[in-house]
Amino acid sequence: MTTSKRRSFREPSLLTKILLQLAAIGILITVLFPVIWVFSVSLSPLNLIRPDGLNLIPKDATFEAYLKVIDRPTSNPVSFLELAFNSFKIAGGTALASVALGVLAAYPLSRLAFRGRTFIMLVILGVLMLPAVATLAPLFVTLNGVRLDLPILGAFNLRNSQLGVGIAIVSGSLPFAIWNLKGYLDTIPRELEEAAAVDGASQARIFRSIVLPLALPAIAVTGFLGFISGWTEFYYSWMFLTQPRDFTLAMALSAMTGTYASAIPWPLVSAFSIMLTLPPAIVYLLSQRFITGGLAVGSVKG
Amino acid sequence: MSIFTRVNRRSLTPYAFIAPALVVMAIVTIYPLIFQFWMSFTNYGLANLRQGAPAPDWVGLENYVKILTSELSIPNYSFLRLFLYNIFWALSNVAIHIVLGVAIALLLNHPGLKLKRLYRALYVLPVLIPPIVVATTWRNMFNQDAGAVNMLLGLVGQVFRIPPETFSIDWLRQVEDPISFIPLPLAYYAMLITNIWLGWPLNAVVATGALQAIPKDLYEAAEIDGAGRWASFKTITLTYLRPAMIPFAIYGFVVTFNLFSLAYFMSSGGPFGRTELLVTQAYRLVNERQLYAVGAAFAVVLFVILLTISLITNRISKATARYDDF
Repeated sequence: MTTSKRRSFREPSLLTKILLQLAAIGILITVLFPVIWVFSVSLSPLNLIRPDGLNLIPKDATFEAYLKVIDRPTSNPVSFLELAFNSFKIAGGTALASVALGVLAAYPLSRLAFRGRTFIMLVILGVLMLPAVATLAPLFVTLNGVRLDLPILGAFNLRNSQLGVGIAIVSGSLPFAIWNLKGYLDTIPRELEEAAAVDGASQARIFRSIVLPLALPAIAVTGFLGFISGWTEFYYSWMFLTQPRDFTLAMALSAMTGTYASAIPWPLVSAFSIMLTLPPAIVYLLSQRFITGGLAVGSVKG
Repeated sequence: MSIFTRVNRRSLTPYAFIAPALVVMAIVTIYPLIFQFWMSFTNYGLANLRQGAPAPDWVGLENYVKILTSELSIPNYSFLRLFLYNIFWALSNVAIHIVLGVAIALLLNHPGLKLKRLYRALYVLPVLIPPIVVATTWRNMFNQDAGAVNMLLGLVGQVFRIPPETFSIDWLRQVEDPISFIPLPLAYYAMLITNIWLGWPLNAVVATGALQAIPKDLYEAAEIDGAGRWASFKTITLTYLRPAMIPFAIYGFVVTFNLFSLAYFMSSGGPFGRTELLVTQAYRLVNERQLYAVGAAFAVVLFVILLTISLITNRISKATARYDDF
């Protein structure tokens, strides 16, 4: 009895160490397997029906799937770059808009006492509970009723435009941005601001020269998360857009594997998946430290 | 004393900051939600969409009644089945995520394991992949002819002299239930496996954080008091894990409950709509069926369900918080 109690604080036995290592490697294989599989399929010839087995580099390995993706991934006459540019515009525009408006709104919600504050917070919290799908019908119908005639863009139906998709995305991403940024501002000590207020600085000045620089990590993270969700946004763009020149990456991927697609071109789909995933993944890996530091919403107590 | 910076109560400064966001939210978020509520009592459909089309008729609670009594004229629709499946889908996933997440966090926290940092970094890889790509990739892996899962099973089967043709399983479309007394299609199990792959890493990250916060001398004290390994695991490890894991479990439940990507892109809700979730059904009503009014009413029902869930989970987290404070 006494010996077994003490064992846990001794150096673990060699057998324990080997078993632990095997378990960790086993888990790693299950984590990496799908990633390696996609990579392997993406190198397969385009006319492949059935892979000849589980090979890392398939027989007759080729980059033709990647070349086809770059040139024209779907039956529509759009290249990967055009699709990526559309996704980039939607993701960048919505991220920028929601972060800019969000940080302005988060500041008084975190720092200033004013009438209606609690009510506004409750409304934002209520909206945050809704999944994006839940506002699809009213946004579609409402935006469909708006016909715009802008100087450079000409006349168009707001629903059938990237601007309309962007507006629909902001309807969900702005409440999230306000909430996340407010949560982060709550964690920043107020001493600096109080000192500045004593010195007679205006609220606008305090916001610009103290709060904004301090909130930079959270601004970057909220912007990044907004960009990521915009980059692969599907619900609204799939529902709203009908002109191939407006199509996004997620729409193209969905079209390739759609329910009604007779034979799914898996090598093409795999190459497309990899090219769709790499840009945000690289940005994430480069800015990892920054990102975990600026996330207030996901933090848990304890 | 207020924690807020004292500004004149009648000062307009706070409103100047918040006004742009409020105006935008009022137009693109609040107005559509109110419009949605109105729409849900009408028969708004494709015919009312064109410019200058007649306004829809007021139908009162008809949409709600049809949704809740499964009288919608679309194939494979049953509200009760959808709702129960959706709850079970979320519960079964989260339970497995937490057990696996904690177990793997314990492994990663074990003093005898080398290369911890490497494992930690690589284990979170699934989180970096966009949901639509995860769903597409696993749909490929579960493909009957070209998928990795059947090939892998074939390889394992060879060891036991089972012919590889045995493993021509149509994971996502097979109609017969694999386990006769559990009314769940094979696609559920395929999606469960996919979501386990996707879901445990974040649970492990949260559990690892909580494990590292446990003071080591607690274990030594427990040992001196004569507690065995299991007893100190129960009284120390689990006590410290609980306040971190319960809020994350609640968050995971809501995320999984609304997990659009797998049900939409992997199984397309099939076979016969049996792996459809409330969110994918809501999307199909509007996108494929163009039943805008019914879709609006469905979204209101979904909102009520989510509100109820969050009220319940709020109580759970408050109750457990009180326990932990003690």
